[in-house]
Amino acid sequence: MAIDFLYPQYEVVRNPMRCISCRACERQCANGVHHYDVDFGCMMSDESKCVNCHRCVSLCPTRALKIIKTDHTFKENDNWTGKAISEVYRQAGTGGVLLSSMGNPEPYPIYWDKLLINASQVTNPSIDPLREPMETRTTLGAKPQAIERDEDGKLMDNMPPQLTLNIPVMFSAMSYGSISYNAHASLARAATALGTYYNTGEGGLHQDFYQYGPNTIVQVASGRFGVHADYLNAGAAVEIKMGQGAKPGIGGHLPGIKVGADISRTRMIPEGTDAISPAPHHDIYSIEDLRQLVYSIKEATHYKKPVIVKIAAVHNVAAIASGIARSGADIIAIDGFRGGTGAAPTRIRDNVGIPIELALAAVDQRLREEGIRDRVSIVIGGSVRNSADLVKAIALGADAVYIATAALLALGCHLCRSCQTGKCNWGIATQRPELVKRLNPDIGEKRLINLLTSWDHELKEMMGGMGINSIEALRGNRLMLRGIGLTQKELDILGVKHAGE
Amino acid sequence: MMMEGQIHIPSGCAISGVFSRSGRAVSGETIIRSIAPMHDRSNGLGGGFAGYGIYPQYARYYAFHLFYDTPAARDACERYLEEFFDVVSYEKIPTRRIPAITHEPMIWRYFLSPRKTVLDDSQLDEQEYVVQRVLHVNAQIDGAFVFSSGKNMGVFKAVGFPEDVGEFYRLDEYAGYSWTAHGRYPTNTPGWWGGAHPFALLDCTVVHNGEISSYDANRRFIEMFGYACTLKTDTEAITYIIDYLVRKRGLTLEETAGVIAAPFWSTIEAMPEPQRTRAAYLRNAFSSLLINGPFSILVGFTGGLMALNDRLKLRSMVVGEKDDMVYFASEECAIRAVEPELDRIWSPGGGQSVVVRLDDDAAKRLGIDYTKGGVA
Amino acid sequence: MKKVYVNEQWCLGCHLCEYYCAFANSGKSSMIKALKDRHVVPRIRIEEHDGISFAVSCRHCNDPLCVKSCISGALSIVDGAVFIDSDKCVGCCSCIISCPYGALSHSENGVIQKCELCQKNEFGVPLCVQGCPNKAIVYEER
Repeated sequence: MAIDFLYPQYEVVRNPMRCISCRACERQCANGVHHYDVDFGCMMSDESKCVNCHRCVSLCPTRALKIIKTDHTFKENDNWTGKAISEVYRQAGTGGVLLSSMGNPEPYPIYWDKLLINASQVTNPSIDPLREPMETRTTLGAKPQAIERDEDGKLMDNMPPQLTLNIPVMFSAMSYGSISYNAHASLARAATALGTYYNTGEGGLHQDFYQYGPNTIVQVASGRFGVHADYLNAGAAVEIKMGQGAKPGIGGHLPGIKVGADISRTRMIPEGTDAISPAPHHDIYSIEDLRQLVYSIKEATHYKKPVIVKIAAVHNVAAIASGIARSGADIIAIDGFRGGTGAAPTRIRDNVGIPIELALAAVDQRLREEGIRDRVSIVIGGSVRNSADLVKAIALGADAVYIATAALLALGCHLCRSCQTGKCNWGIATQRPELVKRLNPDIGEKRLINLLTSWDHELKEMMGGMGINSIEALRGNRLMLRGIGLTQKELDILGVKHAGE
Repeated sequence: MMMEGQIHIPSGCAISGVFSRSGRAVSGETIIRSIAPMHDRSNGLGGGFAGYGIYPQYARYYAFHLFYDTPAARDACERYLEEFFDVVSYEKIPTRRIPAITHEPMIWRYFLSPRKTVLDDSQLDEQEYVVQRVLHVNAQIDGAFVFSSGKNMGVFKAVGFPEDVGEFYRLDEYAGYSWTAHGRYPTNTPGWWGGAHPFALLDCTVVHNGEISSYDANRRFIEMFGYACTLKTDTEAITYIIDYLVRKRGLTLEETAGVIAAPFWSTIEAMPEPQRTRAAYLRNAFSSLLINGPFSILVGFTGGLMALNDRLKLRSMVVGEKDDMVYFASEECAIRAVEPELDRIWSPGGGQSVVVRLDDDAAKRLGIDYTKGGVA
Repeated sequence: MKKVYVNEQWCLGCHLCEYYCAFANSGKSSMIKALKDRHVVPRIRIEEHDGISFAVSCRHCNDPLCVKSCISGALSIVDGAVFIDSDKCVGCCSCIISCPYGALSHSENGVIQKCELCQKNEFGVPLCVQGCPNKAIVYEER
């Protein structure tokens, strides 16, 4: 219907002088944008199908393609933007909830970019990581609350179970189902090679990946997909997912079309059925229920594995985190509102939750005020984009960070935010075999290793500049940060001074 | 302009220490002669000393040394102290007026015994009771500052070069078995008497040369346990860390060194068992108390002295021995100045603690019991 | 010796290898000059059927039937790789008939062409390998 017509957001620009009609673009576009027109003897494109994933642009051997934003416009209006108008048309046409993928793209403040890092001058030598040891190894878990000695007075090892990370970065939860087998293989292999951890997400653990168990965090979410005793004991830690930054307060939905034989077996649900995670855990309606689940999992894993509780960064996150710290959890994971997702209602993704920087600062400070910061480790995620974000997160008080979007980018994701269609041209957020094979785990593993290795180098350079040679001396060291362009209230919440102070 | 106590101020320094293992009473004049040659390592904005065994006649009492800015502060503080302690004796600390030392506050000392009924009511152990009183005065009573609070020991410090500070306090009239000294080179402060070193809590004193890059990480952790880092100096934080680990958590000084100057993971992995597990345990259990950045410190305690460098040894420190005497200093000249003929002199490696204690009979003679972990 | 190997599991059927091959052996300075508006005759070919695809080019067999069958001595083995001397080739097609892989074909100028591992062109390393977006074609020692 004409009333439903929306002009395509992107235009495919093909330089006819460069195009050799090799048709690679046509063969690589799962959305069917490109085709070879025999009558005209040249390539044509239907931009209404384009999601701007750059697969064709990246593979074009003669650089004949680019994607541009259309200059087609509604009448200028700062209130009723083209996006706002189009969304009304789409909902009026379908009667449905708007769906989106990946993290919140709206122009909220990014506090990482308003924090500056210190360096030593004169009074304290900077340290050269190429010449001196520089330690980025981190251990996560509760610390012993009392020193115990044997009858000879020797220290006894009463350390609760810990995770040891060679670099304070882990791969955040992404389920098998939301991402492909090959994406999981890449993450598992890279985590093992790097000496860190990846997270299964809520979709269970494929039999092929049990071999990476020592570097795996297994997740238990409200749907309890694929959870059984062997699963819980297969990983190095168990994560209870209470919430996700991209969609706090709601559950998940993996459409039946993505539940093929392999996923059906891994999730322990019938083939072709929708996998629906409820909004809450229906056995956790309060903090004391959480404590029961934490200890149920500890019983099931013989008190040998740390338990992580993951929550979304919401308004009263500090109080919630304090409750979690007292629930027996060893690690709290907090996911900010810019965290990614395979699919979320647009309104929720773009309007619910708070920035991770503020949530982290508030939680770390609160746990210190209550004297329980060493009972738990803090892991944060929800848009850590580079090593500078990492340094700032640790200086604000995080023990380590989770990355997922950055990891997917390393695997080829171009942030077209169309995961929910299941037609990922990069072989990541798809279950179609011909698309899944586009992600060769040999390449994926290497690129993830490269990414974190380069971050580790940069982290060490920045630590050395501050005169710090051990990551624990950076943790919570907020004097190493200064704010720029922030209000006093923001500075107070972040616990940092303004630049120049 | 922000003053000490309002802002974190980096500084460089000179330190020295002398210790008699046989418990001989060494004159305070010796430590002044030792620190004096390192004049250029300080800039006249802070000097100080700690002496152990200097109050034998009051050995059973807590000796509080206080700075007062005003008589009103003194009145308020004395009222507070009398609530919690029996005051056995008190006096103005004798000083010698010299041109180099100016703007002195009122300087008093008190020999105190906790009021038994109040102590019992508090349900605290005696040391914690005393510590809480000290922290209260320093944080809550404006213009009053307790800068020494141990038994049979005392801290003497001021704004000035250390040799002048020693003369000002007439240290030649004191004698003790252990002395430490400090000359300060703060980068940007007019200097405040309370900000000079040593920094002390109970009988634990710290003199420190360096600037710790882990300051805020250490501060925010230690403040969880009732300490308030009001001075915002590295040394204050280090003192609280040592107090926390030794007195509250029951670590030995050697174990404490394994926390604050923890070995590198690669070093730990190369250790044989059971040292490896122990070293990894200490580093992991108290990871937020690892002190990073350059430092050399001398930790004085009843009956002993510990010297420790940062892991990379980014600050100089030498140790010398002659008969029963052990000497410590930032520079060898400070040792040679008081003992030119040494049996042995060496430079301890980064992160390697050197702990000296009194010989058994000396300890017995002075009534010192090491089973309480050394610091008591 | 290093040879070109193909892994069907990672072949996407994008056919880019064919274009990189044709360009590599064209002697032209750019792919556009070499291939624009031309019928492309590469020495590597994608075989595909029913969702399965893989690239086929000369395997440089240890005991190559093509060399045995060549009636003019145009095909020869040098350091383990099979090369063709187009001056000697008479275009009899015996090699095409004898090769079990279908790795030889007619070139545009009538004689036979085959993969020579880009050893005779300016690139020196197989361009199909470099151009493969998914490492389905590799050049390695096995």
